[in-house]
Amino acid sequence: MSEDLVFHFDVDGENFTSAGQASVQVKKNLRQLGLSPEIIRRVSIAMYEGEINMVIHAGGGVADVRVNENYIEIVLEDHGPGIKNVEMAMQEGYSTAPDDVRSLGFGAGMGLPNMKRYTDSMKIDTVVGEGTTITMRVNLV
Amino acid sequence: MTVEKLLEHGFEAVTLPDPEREIDGVYIGDLLSWVMGRARSDNAWITIMSNMNVIAVATLADTSCVILAEGVTLPDDIRETAEAKGVNVLTTQLPAYEAAMVLSGLLK
Ligand SMILES: Nc1ncnc2c1ncn2[C@@H]1O[C@H](COP(=O)(O)OP(=O)(O)OP(=O)(O)O)[C@@H](O)[C@H]1O
Ligand SMILES: [Mg+2]
Repeated sequence: MSEDLVFHFDVDGENFTSAGQASVQVKKNLRQLGLSPEIIRRVSIAMYEGEINMVIHAGGGVADVRVNENYIEIVLEDHGPGIKNVEMAMQEGYSTAPDDVRSLGFGAGMGLPNMKRYTDSMKIDTVVGEGTTITMRVNLV
Repeated sequence: MTVEKLLEHGFEAVTLPDPEREIDGVYIGDLLSWVMGRARSDNAWITIMSNMNVIAVATLADTSCVILAEGVTLPDDIRETAEAKGVNVLTTQLPAYEAAMVLSGLLK
């Protein structure tokens, strides 16, 4: 791979019963590139959690995945409400998910901790009232 | 043990697009982010949740099959999605604990 590969997705904020499609597509793409199952799994989990968060908490957004020989980078950008207290949001068990999505199995407050756990680096840029951009990397070397 | 072996032990197929997939271990849970973070690749995942997100989680966490406990089953559209995505789904009348006990015996 000499040039970076970039995948772009619009993540629909309306439909959380079938959310996760961008992550499923990325998994497929990474498989075709012949990456190891463990790397693919880490990227899939981190991206899914971020994708779902954009749908549930921010009304949707965009996802960009960049692949080169050194790393896979996932950038998730939304124009939702932002995160007031990032430190608190990062804690296992903290969730503001509404009841209707809790009944689908979301709202354990484990999404952001999973994203941290399965990536090598994670950066949250968030402004209350403007939105959130999360950048994660999984290193390949 | 392969997923299709479970059919001989009281589990019923909802859809088995990948019947020869090997099962290695079991994870029980209904909260999707717990399953995402803690289930291991190739685990059989026992749950009572049956919405579309279960199929995405099973795909991405790479579990070998979803086992719906307590007689839960899938609406047709979700079953079709599982089939298209290659996600094995079974159902059993047993509660999660008892289903896990059966698997525990079989996985020795
Ligand atoms: N993109 C986002 N925009 C606004 N708030 C967010 C965003 N992502 C996360 N949050 C806030 O951070 C909290 C914790 O997120 P986390 O993903 O850990 O848990 P959850 O989404 O509530 O539940 P789970 O991910 O376990 O289903 C959320 O409840 C929400 O308040
Ligand atoms: Mg979440």
